[in-house]
Amino acid sequence: MMSLLRLLSGRTASAPVARERLQILLAHERGLRGQPDLLGLLRSEILAVVSRHVVLDPDKVIVRMDRGKNVSTLEVDIEVPNAVERPMAMAAT
Amino acid sequence: MAKVLVVTSGKGGVGKTTSTAALGAALAQRGEKVVVVDFDVGLRNLDLILGAERRVVFDLINVVQGVAKLSQALIRDKRLENLWLLPASQTRDKDALTDEGVRSIIADLRTKFDWILCDSPAGIERGATLAMRYADEAVIVTNPEVSSVRDSDRIIGMLDSKTVKAESGERVEKHVLITRYDSGRAARGEMLSIEDILEILATPLLGIIPESQDVLRASNVGSPVTLNNAASAPARAYIDAARRLMGETVEMMVPTERKGLMDRLLGRRAA
Repeated sequence: MMSLLRLLSGRTASAPVARERLQILLAHERGLRGQPDLLGLLRSEILAVVSRHVVLDPDKVIVRMDRGKNVSTLEVDIEVPNAVERPMAMAAT
Repeated sequence: MAKVLVVTSGKGGVGKTTSTAALGAALAQRGEKVVVVDFDVGLRNLDLILGAERRVVFDLINVVQGVAKLSQALIRDKRLENLWLLPASQTRDKDALTDEGVRSIIADLRTKFDWILCDSPAGIERGATLAMRYADEAVIVTNPEVSSVRDSDRIIGMLDSKTVKAESGERVEKHVLITRYDSGRAARGEMLSIEDILEILATPLLGIIPESQDVLRASNVGSPVTLNNAASAPARAYIDAARRLMGETVEMMVPTERKGLMDRLLGRRAA
């Protein structure tokens, strides 16, 4: 009946698309809920490690994640000011 | 025993205020003593939907801050003696509402009313979390549309984690109220169906409010749709929903205004 109506009206039903998109999205979002913020955690640990050796502006550390179908990519972008080393690192050499 | 019920949704514009007013009036008409509380600090509108906008003297924040007594801020409906309104403030200070202030007001209202309906602001920020904080039950207003369903899912997650009930190991009783539903479009596959929404949200259904011109007509004149035209399709759907809240078993159906050709073709029942 539904497909007959669809044929008559010449339109495809969009509700099944809506349902499928929601099911995929919500399965993903529910998984993230209640977990610690992964990107925030990565960012703060990367910042801690790198700033042991180089002086950094915390605002210039960008961590981004792109989710693909099969693989996801983690992009870390750290801006390092030129020729500024920490006195501690100097002393260690 | 008094019940605190939050009307919430995450997404704005889906019908929280309309539903709060309609359910509040329907419960009051059935003899329950009801207060509807507007939590939308800064953007109050429940007063307007109830036609009480010119009677607001004190508000929720005045009571929280001790400027006014609760009894001074409560506005009694002119049509229903069992229905009261506690309006929101129009202050821009979002921190004016405190957890302790809300706790104390809700505790006070519990001693005076059968039902405390909290009209939540949109979003997931402070106002929305405080509106749900002390709730026993929740009505999640959802439109048959992807962004509304997604936001409802998010709000359901918050009801299960951020409320006092959830924190003490109990559960907030949750109900989905689907508004602006068009059974014809759903039957043609143009709109998410009731089954789709319930399957995705995995939450029991309180009612289905059909898309209707009566809703705007009622808000234009400042009267809850259940009062303004009790025989209209949305009013009947809200009245059924209110009866379910009171524990009655009412058959679930979508009241229709007239039985159109498409309804006949699809064999849908008219209420």
